[in-house]
Amino acid sequence: MSDYILLAVSAILVNNILLIQYLGNCPFLGTSKSMDNAVGMSMAVVFVLAMAGIVTWTMEAVFLGPIGLQYMRTIVFIVVIAALVQFVEIFMKKSMPGLYAGLGIFLPLITTNCAVMGVCLINIKEEYNFLEMLVSSFAYAAGFGLALILFAGLRERIIIGRVPGPLQDVSIALVTAGFMSLSFLGFKGMI
Amino acid sequence: MLEALLLMMGLGAVSGVLLGIASKVFYVWEDPRIALVSDCLAGANCGGCGYTGCGACAAAIVAGEAGVGACIVAGADGAEKVAAVLGMEAGAAEALTSMNTCTGGFRASEKFSYMGVNDCRAAYLLYAGAKDCDVGCLGFGSCVKACLFGALEIGSEGYPVVEAEKCVGCGACEKACPKGIMQVRKPSDRILHMNLVTDRIAPCRQTCPAEVNIPKYINHIKRGEYDEAWLTVMERNPLPLSTGRVCPHPCEDACRRALADDPVSINQLKRFCSDWVMNEGTSLKIPVAPDTGYRVAVVGGGPSGLSAAFYLRRLGHKVKIFEWLPKLGGMIYYGIPEYRLPKAILYADINRILGLGGIEVKTGVEFGVDFDLESLVGGGFDAVLMTIGAMNHASARIPDEDKVEGVVPATVFLRKQGLGDPYLVGKRVGVIGGGNVAMDCLRSSVRLGAEKVYCLYRREVKDMPANKVEIEACQHEGIEFVTLCSPTRFITDDEGKLTGIEYLKNELGEPDASGRQSPVAIDGSETVIDIDNFILAIGQTTNSAFADEEGTAASRLETSRGAIVNNADTHQTAIPYVFTSGDCAGPPGLLVAAVGAGRRAARGIHKYLMGEDMAFSPDRLRVDSRRMKGHIAGTIFDSIEGIQRKGRIGQPELEPGSYERQHTYAEVDLTVTEEDAVKEANRCMRCCLTCYNQDT
Repeated sequence: MSDYILLAVSAILVNNILLIQYLGNCPFLGTSKSMDNAVGMSMAVVFVLAMAGIVTWTMEAVFLGPIGLQYMRTIVFIVVIAALVQFVEIFMKKSMPGLYAGLGIFLPLITTNCAVMGVCLINIKEEYNFLEMLVSSFAYAAGFGLALILFAGLRERIIIGRVPGPLQDVSIALVTAGFMSLSFLGFKGMI
Repeated sequence: MLEALLLMMGLGAVSGVLLGIASKVFYVWEDPRIALVSDCLAGANCGGCGYTGCGACAAAIVAGEAGVGACIVAGADGAEKVAAVLGMEAGAAEALTSMNTCTGGFRASEKFSYMGVNDCRAAYLLYAGAKDCDVGCLGFGSCVKACLFGALEIGSEGYPVVEAEKCVGCGACEKACPKGIMQVRKPSDRILHMNLVTDRIAPCRQTCPAEVNIPKYINHIKRGEYDEAWLTVMERNPLPLSTGRVCPHPCEDACRRALADDPVSINQLKRFCSDWVMNEGTSLKIPVAPDTGYRVAVVGGGPSGLSAAFYLRRLGHKVKIFEWLPKLGGMIYYGIPEYRLPKAILYADINRILGLGGIEVKTGVEFGVDFDLESLVGGGFDAVLMTIGAMNHASARIPDEDKVEGVVPATVFLRKQGLGDPYLVGKRVGVIGGGNVAMDCLRSSVRLGAEKVYCLYRREVKDMPANKVEIEACQHEGIEFVTLCSPTRFITDDEGKLTGIEYLKNELGEPDASGRQSPVAIDGSETVIDIDNFILAIGQTTNSAFADEEGTAASRLETSRGAIVNNADTHQTAIPYVFTSGDCAGPPGLLVAAVGAGRRAARGIHKYLMGEDMAFSPDRLRVDSRRMKGHIAGTIFDSIEGIQRKGRIGQPELEPGSYERQHTYAEVDLTVTEEDAVKEANRCMRCCLTCYNQDT
């Protein structure tokens, strides 16, 4: 049990996908201007990562591993995740219109986002079993959400701040992200 | 290698087939028009419409939840394309525009020096901002940052300036402003707005009975934007050419500049810009809201009825005006003589109003005789506005005043003149009364050939309610004022024809309710003056005899001393669908008050028809422009600083004593020149509640 908790803490804080591994920077900067968008994006990432983690892990275990086509992993995962997200969107529109209205515009944005791809590849590289893979996917997604929501809170305040002209908008956002990353580095050595 | 190729092909095939099946199995029927409408929208997913993205907005439009003009970025062109897709009329959808309502900026004084975050919302958290004025702009430009379209900037004077061409009316600036200074409104919202104590309005604008945005139009004149100035006036007053000539301008009495030198000649500036628009013949488009499908009957084509018809039409209702005389204009057509308000000028105003389209006119029909409330309701009208004016005269309580030949009420005298069949007066004419109607009778008598004209008044000249300029004009035209007199008896010859009038001299006693000393006749002071004609100009009453007939709908109307009783705010009468405004709703008043009441009545009718709450906000600003009371606290000053004496421009007029002045009906007061108008506009200090522009 403690292994799983360690795994979760590691994925959320110590190896935060956004601030330590620097994956998924486009949505990090793109959807962090307002808290509403950040929350919607975080929910969508949790949803997609969980699905993608399961499908890619199964793909690896059932096809790629036994056949010996591990070198095809990246391209196969891209196709699988893209098809999956498309399918989920079609399915949600019909069966879960409420959820679709909430996540609808964010789903296509993260179709084969590097954070999603990255977590799927990490799951394989670390040779997680199914349960570990599930915990890891959720925890990385939660870490993504945590960082994004914290960052959106900061940016909402930065927008009304006195920022020198050349540093406005994305520049100051990157500087801020750098500081956040530094502070997250403080978790190194925790585990 | 082969395995890899097979794997990829297999994967692609499986994914493709699965997605294909899924799109069939999980097919959601989507109106094909949504995609077509979506193509007409801006595609920016900006959210300005209030929906999550353009797709949701398109779905809402097709579902009928949003109007065809929902996409503010695509604007009117987009709305037309959408309407074409949906096979609907786009209608002249009203444009939302942002407007800054504070002109404080750098000139506004500060309570303390604020050093915090450079943002209005942050500054507001500290004692509602550093500005002395509770409702003033903080000037950090939160609205500017909120505007996605670059339509706003903090101008050179320290407050936001809207660039109208770029503004799409998304409302982001209004949301960003912690003080409610940025207001994004449709023209109809602005028509429906009545002055509130929380508004940022200068003393002149608080005083004007029609609530015209005076500092704004004067500022337009200052910048040479005469058409914009005119449009600003038209938002509150659809008869600017007429009011520009005859208004006694209570606004000027409240002008703060009077504390330093003279008040700004506000009325002359209004006259100048409206004359400019009339003479240049520019076809300025006045926005009209899409049709609501309601029809309103306006009974009486006087100023209040015309004003109400204009605003009702602009709010989207169809209007029909019923007038018993051959021409529209009521008292200002038949009561005000040609030399003060030429009929052609008045008709230029009226034609602008009728030019909106959707206003029908039927003249020569009298309420209570040719038609009544039953026939109007039967004719499909949803509401009725009674603006029948006060066309009966009040009694002077002199014995035999309605029998003696040569005695005539002012209403009849002026109406005959307006109808082109003037009442012929003798060589000597007496007029009793000290109001503007009396002045009109006096000056008309001069032009009808009377050699000696007397004005009889029970108090002194300074107590006369007439406009000062009118009294001066009478003096210029050789009219004699017989003040402190009470006529008691007509003197007639053997045939019953008037030859003279006997009066008692008065002395002034205790002040009455209006603050003026009441006259007391002195016994034994009988004096006689010889006159051939005597005109009664001491007030008018409404002919509301139709309300006394039993068994008619109109009999349910309540009357008080002839006037039709209404709710002073909503203008609704005892019959819910009947409204009334102008002279017939209370004591006869100024043209500008009738115009203002017309807009309030239009608001009442609109709220009634649309099923909205009709009552005024508790914050309603109620100013008594006659007694100069009720202004927003702290806005009426005792003295002002930093103003150099400049003196106002004079009133150009026809040479006193000239042939035109004495013997023709040529307009006496003339319009100021463009040079003078701009000079005068520059005297305006562009006041707001507490701050104003000082001379530098």
